[in-house]
Amino acid sequence: MKRVQFSSPLLPYLFLAPQLAVIVIFFYWPSVRAIQSSFYLEDPFGFGSTFVGFDNYLGVLLSPEYLSIARFTALFTALVTFFSLALGLLLAVKADAVIRGNAAYKTLLISVYAIAPPVAGLIGMMFFDQHIGPFVKIAAFFGWEMKVGLSYFDTAFAMIFVAVWKQIPYNFIFFLSGLQALPASVREAAAIDCRSGIKRFWTVIFPLLAPTAFFLLIINVTYALFDTFGVIDVMVKDKAANNPITLVYKVYMDGFRGNDIGGSSAQSVILMIVVFVLTVLQFRFIERRIHYT
Amino acid sequence: MIKQFSLAAISIALTATSSLAATNITWWHGMAGRNGEVINEVAQKFNAAQTACALTPVSKGTYEEALASGIAAFRSGEQPNILQVFDAGAATIINAKGAVVPAEDLIKEAGYDFDRNAFIEGVRYFYADSDGKFVGMPFNSSAPIMYINDEALKKAGVEAPKTWEEFEAAAPKLKEAGYIPLVQAQLTWQFTENFFSRNNIQFATNNNGYDSVVDTKLKVTDPNLVMMFDKLKSWADEGYFAYYGAGWNDNQKPFEENKVALWIGSSGSFGGLQKTAQMPFSATFLPYWGSIAGAGTNSFIGGAALFAMAGKPAEENKCVADFFQFLTSPEIQKFYHQATGYVAITTAAYELTKSEGYYEKTPVAEVGIKQLMLPAGEWSKGYRLGFYPQIREIMEREYGRIFSGETTVKDAFDTIEREGNELLARFAKTAG
Repeated sequence: MKRVQFSSPLLPYLFLAPQLAVIVIFFYWPSVRAIQSSFYLEDPFGFGSTFVGFDNYLGVLLSPEYLSIARFTALFTALVTFFSLALGLLLAVKADAVIRGNAAYKTLLISVYAIAPPVAGLIGMMFFDQHIGPFVKIAAFFGWEMKVGLSYFDTAFAMIFVAVWKQIPYNFIFFLSGLQALPASVREAAAIDCRSGIKRFWTVIFPLLAPTAFFLLIINVTYALFDTFGVIDVMVKDKAANNPITLVYKVYMDGFRGNDIGGSSAQSVILMIVVFVLTVLQFRFIERRIHYT
Repeated sequence: MIKQFSLAAISIALTATSSLAATNITWWHGMAGRNGEVINEVAQKFNAAQTACALTPVSKGTYEEALASGIAAFRSGEQPNILQVFDAGAATIINAKGAVVPAEDLIKEAGYDFDRNAFIEGVRYFYADSDGKFVGMPFNSSAPIMYINDEALKKAGVEAPKTWEEFEAAAPKLKEAGYIPLVQAQLTWQFTENFFSRNNIQFATNNNGYDSVVDTKLKVTDPNLVMMFDKLKSWADEGYFAYYGAGWNDNQKPFEENKVALWIGSSGSFGGLQKTAQMPFSATFLPYWGSIAGAGTNSFIGGAALFAMAGKPAEENKCVADFFQFLTSPEIQKFYHQATGYVAITTAAYELTKSEGYYEKTPVAEVGIKQLMLPAGEWSKGYRLGFYPQIREIMEREYGRIFSGETTVKDAFDTIEREGNELLARFAKTAG
């Protein structure tokens, strides 16, 4: 590796300072404050706060409601990650094989990514609107009386559908460029050795795509856990009622809507721990099996 | 639109510069769209009417966002002079002793007289303390009323029901005429809180929470309330009632589309309905149960109040008092009432609007105010419950489960009472 020489030992820190300042102000400082508040029971206006130890955590973890939201979040994350990766990959493989007019296909597939999450949520909400939604009419044709906003299952279906739809283009872009970066010689050699395209894909192409897939896995899990907030907020129309929500939405409801600072801080600390554990696990167990070229 | 906006911006800027010596005060609110524009108009009228004070309104998004911003600002010492807080958030701000200057004290200190009886009955107590002193200044106020599809009732040959018993008798005929007999808009506000007010039943211990936060407990397992929801569920099963989830608009739409005979909405809904409803409609009071002794009292006000935040210099507080005086004057109340559909909150403003013949042209506008002017009962004055926005969320969740068949009415109310009481106990600890 090439060593860069700075004339003063302080200069590199100066260059790092803006980035570090952003991280400290917008990440570490709020995290520390959240950990601190999670041990207190506080009047929202800040008049009195009582140290309550782990009460906030116990209250959250012992609540059956919280646990059922946690179960839904796990399921939601797994399904959204799986379907958006699988469909993104499928479309990328197909688009990679198209020769004539491939730019048009690619642009069409990528353009959805330019839609902001709340707008995607809004479009999704209209698709699934009880009174005017075209999807609801299609479902009714097949004898499925969809009631998004009233039936837990139907709302969950609509939410996962919109969240996946929103994420496919992102995965598509990465998989497609990953595919196009594969050396043609490897593909040709594989084509001589094996006639089955599906087998060739799983034994040669997919392992070569693994670094991209691993990166996307982490990004998609984070997306499903956190970035789907906008989609969920719009789909439940500000009133969660008996509809499914994720843990992040619950933090928002209790903290910003309910003004329960201690309880929602405890929830956000729990989420921080979950994300930390998940990231460590992914790097320990999955990354080991991946070969970077 | 942009032109209008820039005109408004210029005029605000002009008033701000032309009154250089004026005391500046800020007003954070949670209103958007047309209602937000009307707030700007009210502020302009105030700034034009006097020179000592300059008021700047700022929209902070929704009610919840306005309250959250106000709290965050208060904690960092940057609070506005006036904060709009919605009905369900009233306990949060009133119980935070020292966060606000009671409106009545503020107005008296500024040298004005304050007459509680000038306000109509249903408005008088909701934002007051247990002694009746106004803590918040009632602002945009509404009542849950019943809208009537005139065509549907004519077709079915029935009269608009005054009581739920009358509704039960009329429902089969309305259904036969091809309509969904009943739809509501917000079960928490219309069939829970205002079930207690209209039927004059106690909602929570400690005088509905007014007397103390300590040991306040919900009384939602009240047999009458359970009966109301048992009825709603059985009406839903028979096709006399339809529930489209917790979202307001999902429930309003079928009425606009002439599919519903009776719709429980807000007294403020008629402005929108006049544009969207495909049939002629009228309105009447929210029904009550004839079988419940003492029922038929007035309803609580919905909407929001204005709170004068503490920690501000005396001259700014004087300006806030001036503005509150200005806001409750009959002329401004009449303007606000007609521009937004919210009810006029003083008797004088109501009389003025009436004398000008406004209600003869738009009789629907009078229904909400008349319902709020009905005689008050012991339990129709208001409620003061901590973490109430979260308690409402629990209710919404359980009500959804009732109508999707995931739980029974009795289990739902047991859950609401248990989880609600846990939240109330938690709130008592934060406020204590």
